[in-house]
Amino acid sequence: MVVQALAFYLFAVVLVLSALMVITARNPVHSVLFLILAFFNAAGLFVLLGAEFIGMILVIVYVGAVAVLFLFVVMMLDINFSDLRKGAMQFVPIGLLIGGILLFELGTLYATWQFAPAVQEKLAAAASVAIEADNTKALGEILYTKYFLPFQMAGMILFVAMIGAIVLTLRHRPGVRRQKVSLQHARRAEDVLEIQKVPSGTGV
Amino acid sequence: MEIGLAHFLTLAAILFTIGVFGIFLNRKNVIVILMSIELMLLSVNINFIAFSSYLGDLAGQVFTMFILTVAAAEAAIGLAILVVFFRTKGSIAVEDISSMKG
Repeated sequence: MVVQALAFYLFAVVLVLSALMVITARNPVHSVLFLILAFFNAAGLFVLLGAEFIGMILVIVYVGAVAVLFLFVVMMLDINFSDLRKGAMQFVPIGLLIGGILLFELGTLYATWQFAPAVQEKLAAAASVAIEADNTKALGEILYTKYFLPFQMAGMILFVAMIGAIVLTLRHRPGVRRQKVSLQHARRAEDVLEIQKVPSGTGV
Repeated sequence: MEIGLAHFLTLAAILFTIGVFGIFLNRKNVIVILMSIELMLLSVNINFIAFSSYLGDLAGQVFTMFILTVAAAEAAIGLAILVVFFRTKGSIAVEDISSMKG
């Protein structure tokens, strides 16, 4: 139990600190790297909660795809980031105000909130049952049966996002000579080759 | 030193607040705003997983996967729009993205 508590506090503190660094770092590349650290710590928390599969998916999807995409864009765009930070301090008071209000509201919500009696029984029952050893198998069993339609729709969302990203960023540059395979195949010898009989001693 | 549901909910609330604050702190930089949105989605995921674990109900983990899907799609589309915008305007400052204002 003590080990679990220590692990929770370690992951939680590093997660919060790296999240703060994400929003305050001067260099966006550092922001992305701290975002990756935050995702790793969140994955650790998920493993601590017995959701190993989601933890691993988080590492694969967020660190392997989303964060690398961010890093790619940050490094590809040639932007003077110090200009973007100018005048940022004037928004700090209103940001602190709204963040404080939000935190206060969430705090009061969690402080006064109680489970319904039926849920409380379920909570007690769940606490007595050990976490199932095979999280991935259990998840797959309900994902492909009960949640099959949402699962397919998630796939469609990813497909549409992929096509959208390709269509948005595709551009045709004029004046670039590309290989046109169909034209090359359509070329016939009689179109381009002319054989002439040249009598000797006269020239063409 | 029992780690309960309240610990995870508090952590998620703090993380969500950091995400909201990040949007205000980096009002001009779209990339960091997108990263703040990712942080907020991560805090929602922590809420989902914590409830799923403490209630012994796997539905929360399934919905976390859907949130991950939407977050990945959103990041891809958002960054693609950003790249196209930078190509045409040469800037990603938020105040320059107002040409469609009525």
